[in-house]
Formats: sequence, structure tokens, C-alpha cells
Amino acid sequence: MTKSDPPPTTSYTPPPPFSNTTTPLIPIYQGAEAHLYKTTFLTPSTPAALKIRPSKPYRHPILDRRLTRARILQEARCLHKLVKEGVSVPAVLGLDWEFSASPEGNGAGGSWLVMEWVEGPVARVVLERWERHIKTLGRNHGSQSQDVPGDEGEKVRGLMRKIGAAVGSLHKAGVIHGDLTTSNLILRPFSPGASTESRDEDEQVSPSMEGEIVMIDFGLASQSVQDEDRAVDLYVLERAFGSSHPRTEPFFEEVLVGYRESYKGAGPALKRLEDVRMRGRKRSMIG
Amino acid sequence: MIAIGLEGSANKLGVGIMLHPNDGNTPQVLANIRHTYVSPPGEGFLPKDTARHHRAWVVKLVKKALREACISVADVDCICYTKGPGMGAPLQSVAVAARTLSLLWGKELIGVNHCVGHIEMGRLITGASNPVVLYVSGGNTQVIAYSSQRYRIFGETLDIAVGNCLDRFARTLHISNDPAPGYNIEQLAKKGKQLVELPYTVKGMDCSMSGILAAIDGLAAQHGLNGEQNDEEDDDNVADTPVSDGTISTHKPTRADLCFSLQETVFSMLVEITERAMAHVGSKEVLIVGGVGCNERLQEMMGIMARDRGGSVHATDERFCIDNGIMIAQAGILAYKTGFRTPFKESTCTQRFRTDDVFVQWRD
Repeated sequence: MTKSDPPPTTSYTPPPPFSNTTTPLIPIYQGAEAHLYKTTFLTPSTPAALKIRPSKPYRHPILDRRLTRARILQEARCLHKLVKEGVSVPAVLGLDWEFSASPEGNGAGGSWLVMEWVEGPVARVVLERWERHIKTLGRNHGSQSQDVPGDEGEKVRGLMRKIGAAVGSLHKAGVIHGDLTTSNLILRPFSPGASTESRDEDEQVSPSMEGEIVMIDFGLASQSVQDEDRAVDLYVLERAFGSSHPRTEPFFEEVLVGYRESYKGAGPALKRLEDVRMRGRKRSMIG
Repeated sequence: MIAIGLEGSANKLGVGIMLHPNDGNTPQVLANIRHTYVSPPGEGFLPKDTARHHRAWVVKLVKKALREACISVADVDCICYTKGPGMGAPLQSVAVAARTLSLLWGKELIGVNHCVGHIEMGRLITGASNPVVLYVSGGNTQVIAYSSQRYRIFGETLDIAVGNCLDRFARTLHISNDPAPGYNIEQLAKKGKQLVELPYTVKGMDCSMSGILAAIDGLAAQHGLNGEQNDEEDDDNVADTPVSDGTISTHKPTRADLCFSLQETVFSMLVEITERAMAHVGSKEVLIVGGVGCNERLQEMMGIMARDRGGSVHATDERFCIDNGIMIAQAGILAYKTGFRTPFKESTCTQRFRTDDVFVQWRD
């Protein structure tokens, strides 16, 4: 679960049992809602992802407890259901929906959720590398065109179809992700250590797109089988691709192809997607 | 350079005069006057009545503003007016007034986006350079951040504005609309103790308010708190039962409790989406603008959030938060300096005018 955002700057005392293990907590990402750490769980050789949702002191304590608890449980329930259905998501290892502030006095209470650690780069990193590679390729050949060579196009199309299929399997299981972005999709290599970081950083080499798509961060997930919710989920992903990876936009259609083939209810959801695109307060409405 | 700003997108008619010294010194407010159309308790302001109010007052206010600023018509460089968004009829009456002044005095017209006016005024008053902006008023609820010549909307309400939600609940309780329904809710909420459970509707960086309004209207009706205030049942009747056992109490809520719960819930949502936007763009400053931005509880909650993120919150008081003429003059004069003009033929107004439609030429 690599997100390249800056790690938290303040030192944080984690709640037990994470405060009395010998494994250090490695901060991965600090969002608005949750902090993510890499740690181990039960045995020192089992890597795990620890998500802490600190309570928010600006909120009324009752409201805060209600929200923190509801959200962590929602997330855990969705993950649990998906694992049972065989969808590629990290398995839940444990949680506490209400831990109190540490006696040392730094940090408030909150809730935590510990999950299986998923190795591999997020799709955003893979696609950014790929976009840089295409740019270098174009420069080396001295062409000004935005054309993508056939084999490179085929490769990214394959990745897009895999993403579509992964989202499809999620929707088939009756879960809506709620925040599908390329930062929430991990490309887990088939064999561990198949690609080394140093090689991937090289712009001359096209990044590997072999592997399995694992969806992460179900903090905004909900359970639903309605076409509307599924369509909105896809729309969020579409917008995320458009704003973060403009060069991959022509290939987004492949996500929908992969999605369509993944389960029976995909057709109506995709039909609904057309409606979702057309509406919204976000569009200027003239007349 | 002197600009006069006319604002009348809702029930406030504001006339403001702004001076930007030619030597580049800090801009000065020469006049900032406002007259509010106040409707009776239990009623909102209707567009036609509001427009009538604006038409009746605009000449008086302009004259008074010029007197207060101690300037003559010859000193004015441009006339700025609210092009939108807002209520159609009031916008039109102010646009007509602006056009009339433009022809009468022979001055250039500048059509200003109301939201951009709020943002520019907030930036000027607080000195916040590049904050995440929470714009909360009776007609708008948006989380905005600046990026390459546009004020981009990161999150917003999916249905009604937060101010509209508060105002309409004030109507349900028959709370006075003077000086503002939201202000009276805030005062009443200070007496509230018990948190009643309401829906909490945040979707990513967007939020929704209409379901909350329906829920709290329902609660008010259920407990017989809607309609005219019934003095003996309020406040004193309910003894100070502690509700610190961590569960939501099932005591009959008071009107104050409902106002308190409504504020706590919707403001938590606003702070949450603002925090998301801050994490997203990596900013540490927040600026709250718009009428609801005067609310001290909202400012307090935002302050706690910003502090925990190592940042700070900027807010202004009612002179600059609530719709006013100087904010229109301020945004207008910034555009005027970059050469922007609204030709007479195009000096229309529109109810729908997105914040991100404005090309912000005056910022880097």
C-alpha cells in the first residue's frame, strides 16, 4: 500500500496492542480521516496495514463516537463480505471501534482496523510511470504526436480491463467502494519481488503491468446492488482517471469493457452511467 | 481607483465603495452600507417582495454611500454589480440600477460573480494568501481552492445550502428573521444541551442537507415544538439532567436542543469536507466566507480542526461575511484593473453562475 504522500510529521503513540510490540509502526499515509501504518500482527513476520481513525475533537463527543464506530464497522463488514465472496481486497485481521486516548497523553482516542498487507504499487504510480515512459519514447523518436505505440497501448488496455473486472467483481458482491481512484487500486505482482523499484523508476523501461488488481481503502464503502450506486461509483473512477492521468483517458473505455464482461448486472449499471454523466449540480444548466 | 459595488442577490441590498490607492497601498473601505429585507417569522423572503424592497432602497443607499465616503460621482471609476448567482428578481432590480447609474454617470460596468466577491473580500480582510475556502451562505455551500486561474469547487452541497437549511428550520420554529434567522438559531443553540440523532450525510467531499432538514422538521412536529413559541414549555421546564452517560438521551428535546443538534451535525459535516479538501490540496489555511461564516460555533470547530492539522482558520465578522456591496466592489476592481469590462449589451444577470466559470486573471 504505497501512497507517495508525505508521512505524518508528528510522532504518534498507537493504541494497544500496537504500542507494546517490537515492530515499529511505519507511517504510510495520513489522510483527513485516517492514518495508515505498516506494522505486523500476531507474529513479527506477518506484515499488516493498520488504519487508525483518531476521534475528531471538533465534533460533539456523542456524534463523534457514533460516526467513528459506524464507519470502521462499515468498512470491516464490507471487507469481510468481499473476502468471503473471493474479491481481491485485504482481509480484516482485527479491529477496535473505540479505544481510549493513550495514557501518555498524545493523540485522542478513536478506532483502529488492522488488515492484511498488500504488496505492490498503486495504479496511480504505475500509470504515472507509464505516462512518463510514453513521453520519453515520444521525445527519443523525435515525434510530436501523442500517439502511443501499439504494444504499449495493448499493455495499458490490459490493465484497464483488469481494473474494470475488479470493480465488476466488487459490484457483483453487492458492495460500492465510494471512492474509486487510481490511488485505491494496488497492482499486486504475481510473484513477489518480480519488479524492483530501481528498474521501475527508469523512464526507458515501460513499467510492468503484470499482476492482480487489489482494491483498498473501503472507508467510504457501502452495501448496495442498485444500478444508480454502481453507476456513480464508476463515474467517480472515470473522473479520477480524467483528472490524474489525462494520457490514459482514451483507454478508459477498456475499464468499462472489462466491467461489462465481469458480471450479469453490468449492462444496466453502464446504461445508468450515461445518465449520471449528464446530470449533477456540477454541470452548468442553461435554459 | 474607486469602485462602487451593488449587491442584491438575496434579501440584503448592499452598496459599498472601495478605494485602491494608486500607489499600491492597502485598499480601503470608504463605505459599506446594507439594508436587509426582513420577512415576518415563519416566512421566507419571496423574490418579488425582495425585488420591490431593493428597488425602493437602492437610490437612498447609493446616495448615502457617496456621502459617507465623502466622494463625488466624478471620483468613481467603475460600477460593479452582482451578475449572479442568486434570486432572479432581486438580481434584476439591482442590475437595472447598475445600468442606470452607468448611463447616468457615464461609467464602465463590471459584472461580478457573487461567490468570487465573497472570496476576494475574505482574502483582503484576513490576509490569507492561498487558503481552502469554505463558502457557506443561504444559497451556496462550497469548498473551494484556487488553482491555475480558477476558483475550483472541490465539494459542495448536493441539494440545499446550509444557510437555507438553518433558515427553513427557523421558519419551522417561527423564530424571528431579524436580524437573521441563522443568528437567532445560533443564540438559541447556545442553550441546547442534548444532542438528538440526525442523519449525517457526507459523500466524499460533497454533502447533502435536505434530508437533515426533513428529519429535524419531523422531530419538531413530533414533540410539538413547531409553530408559534409556547413559552412555558421551553427551557426551564426541562431540568438539567446530565446526558454524559455516552448514549443519546431520550428526554424530550427542547427547541434549543434541536437548534444545537442541527448546528452540531451540519457544521461537523462542513468541517469534515473542508478537512478532506485541505488534505487533498495540501493546504493549511482555511478561510470561511458567506453569511453562515459569522457563526461562532462553526468558526470554533473549524479552528480546532485547523489547529490539529497545524494550520489556522481565517474568518470575518458580519460586516464582511454577510452579503455586502464592498465585496462586489473589491472583486470588480480587481477585474477592472486587468482590463475586464462588461459591455452594456452584456450587462445581464443570471441565477446560475458557477464559481469556476470566472477566469481569475488577477491572481498568479
